[in-house]
Amino acid sequence: MPVMTYLQAISSALRDELRADERVLVMGEDIGVFGGAFKVTDGFVDEFGTDRVMDTPLAESAIIGCAIGAAVVGMRPVCEMQFADFISCGFDQLINVAGKMHYRQRLAVPLVVRLPSGGGFSGGPFHSQNPEALFMHSPGLKVVAPSTAADAKGLLHAAIHDPNPVLFMEHKHLYRRVKGEVAEGIYETPFRARVARPGSDLVVIAYGAMVGVALAATEDLEDAEIEVLDLRSLVPLDEEAILDSVARCSKVVIIDEANQTCAAGAQVAALIGQRGFEDLDGPVIRVAAPDVPIPFSPPLEQAVLPGIDRVREACRDLLAY
Amino acid sequence: MATDTAAPAPASAGAHRYLQLADRVALLRAMLMMRGIEERAMSLYRQGKVPGSFYDGYGQEAVSAGAAYAMAAQDRLCILHRDLAAHLIRGVTPVRILAQYMGRAAGVTGGRDGNVHFGDPELGCVGMVSMLPDMMLVATGMAMAFKLRSEPRCALTWFGDGSTSRGDFHEAMNWSGVQRLPVVFVLENNQYAYSTPLDKQFAVDPVQRASAYGFTGVTVDGNDVEAMFDATREARARAIAGGGPTLIEAVTMRMHGHAAHDDMKYVPKEQVEEWRRRDPVEHQERKLTELGVDVAAVREAVHAEIEAATAQALAGPMPTAGGVLDGVFCEGEAVALGDGLAPWSGFASDPGSDA
Repeated sequence: MPVMTYLQAISSALRDELRADERVLVMGEDIGVFGGAFKVTDGFVDEFGTDRVMDTPLAESAIIGCAIGAAVVGMRPVCEMQFADFISCGFDQLINVAGKMHYRQRLAVPLVVRLPSGGGFSGGPFHSQNPEALFMHSPGLKVVAPSTAADAKGLLHAAIHDPNPVLFMEHKHLYRRVKGEVAEGIYETPFRARVARPGSDLVVIAYGAMVGVALAATEDLEDAEIEVLDLRSLVPLDEEAILDSVARCSKVVIIDEANQTCAAGAQVAALIGQRGFEDLDGPVIRVAAPDVPIPFSPPLEQAVLPGIDRVREACRDLLAY
Repeated sequence: MATDTAAPAPASAGAHRYLQLADRVALLRAMLMMRGIEERAMSLYRQGKVPGSFYDGYGQEAVSAGAAYAMAAQDRLCILHRDLAAHLIRGVTPVRILAQYMGRAAGVTGGRDGNVHFGDPELGCVGMVSMLPDMMLVATGMAMAFKLRSEPRCALTWFGDGSTSRGDFHEAMNWSGVQRLPVVFVLENNQYAYSTPLDKQFAVDPVQRASAYGFTGVTVDGNDVEAMFDATREARARAIAGGGPTLIEAVTMRMHGHAAHDDMKYVPKEQVEEWRRRDPVEHQERKLTELGVDVAAVREAVHAEIEAATAQALAGPMPTAGGVLDGVFCEGEAVALGDGLAPWSGFASDPGSDA
């Protein structure tokens, strides 16, 4: 199997879909001739032309709204937000038009929105956000967040094949840092959690870039057998996998890179409190960004984003509980 | 790009270049049906049988009837809340509309959404959301797909004067102008956005904005159903020929309040009186009476149909709560919008043409 970066895996999925299905088109700001701010669609115009790799006006509401229109007449649009942060400008179309469409009138909206998200590189308050929880709260939208190259490709294929609006949270910090073996051709990764490392003393539940942090933080921690559960999908949330891990490990640390209040991890904690209580042997611990905008300067940003040290400390404390 | 006034189409006195007599009666019928259903629904609302509030398009019937009548089966529409005649022309039956108002199981959304928030996907329609100009972008996207696939089809949406203030209006006008998309924007200028008059909404006549986006804008008497048809037919032909979007400003008047609770005291009485003299239904009735049509018979037939539909809708059950959690997501294959009815004789004679 070829080794790809996380970014190459995303490109590979898009290229395979454009080749396999003429209904697929990719649209976004600067994605055509320029190949995208992060070069995910580099060279695509040469193979697929400017109609199917569409440079759009700088208008996020229009990108999503037009994609909805194209989807309901049979296309399979994949939109790129140049940065996940800019989704705020297209919020209404996603929440009120796309998300509620099938429930209200049984009309499917097969739409993918790619959201380059997350911090760790001095992007500052408007290029570092993790807005996934905003969309988890709104019915009708699926939300997935890969942590590996193989899952980035497989989840993107599954998202494009899904008949519903899917928000694909791709973490910018992983683009060129994460590499791995990726199967060739089209395959689907299910919207289910994955045990990234099995264990029995404590489970760290994470998704996206925080999976790598969880693995690094707990690789060699007091001889404990620490499980890492990679959620992969936030909507649907794989409740059974979460409860299985809790039943196996009894102690739980949940990490979000996002701001802590009402984050995905809060929903996971609530689930465990309600349905996994009898299996717990300690408080459910959360590690997340505090409720501040993500600051620009490296020492400030590092003080806010959950890192290896904070996760290690949280696990150590909980193991000693 | 010129801002034009739609050219009158009649070839000679009494005749119409594109509309046969049956078409002209069908237009009247659609307007009468819209008015009759909405009046009936208002009485049901006052009886407590329509939950929530009730919104109607009294006085604006010509705008949706005339525009929808010019659309082909394979065209796609985003229909707004004062455009009931468009649903009727596409083929939604009165009983389903009345059941929809009453939140009954047989309503178009099965009780999941209220009043005029619906579109029948099988008839080529996407239901509106309350953030009205959102649908301009959905229509733009449908038109984008038609152009990408080189299909001779067009998308149309309605919106109001208030919508022109929102960002999505700009984004849709700009995008469709840049890509020269086959889309028709019908600006239903009914003088008020809820209670806000035009002079607090925009500083220029909104039809002028079309030229700023690089396409044609026309102003039409929104109370003349045949003029609405003419302007839309022309806009559709332009769209299909690759001439890009058209903004049609239909000048009309919202003769009732924003919704049932609104007594409209902010509207000067003289303004209402002036527009009452320009009633679109009476206008078409006068025209057809001169052509020898038995207008009273049309009215009677429509009335009878509405009464039967009302009885049927009232007899239908409310939805059960059992399935209320179902269908948030599509579990099977995505099914794209189907074709609607297109009763205009111009399509019947040559369904594949852009007429």
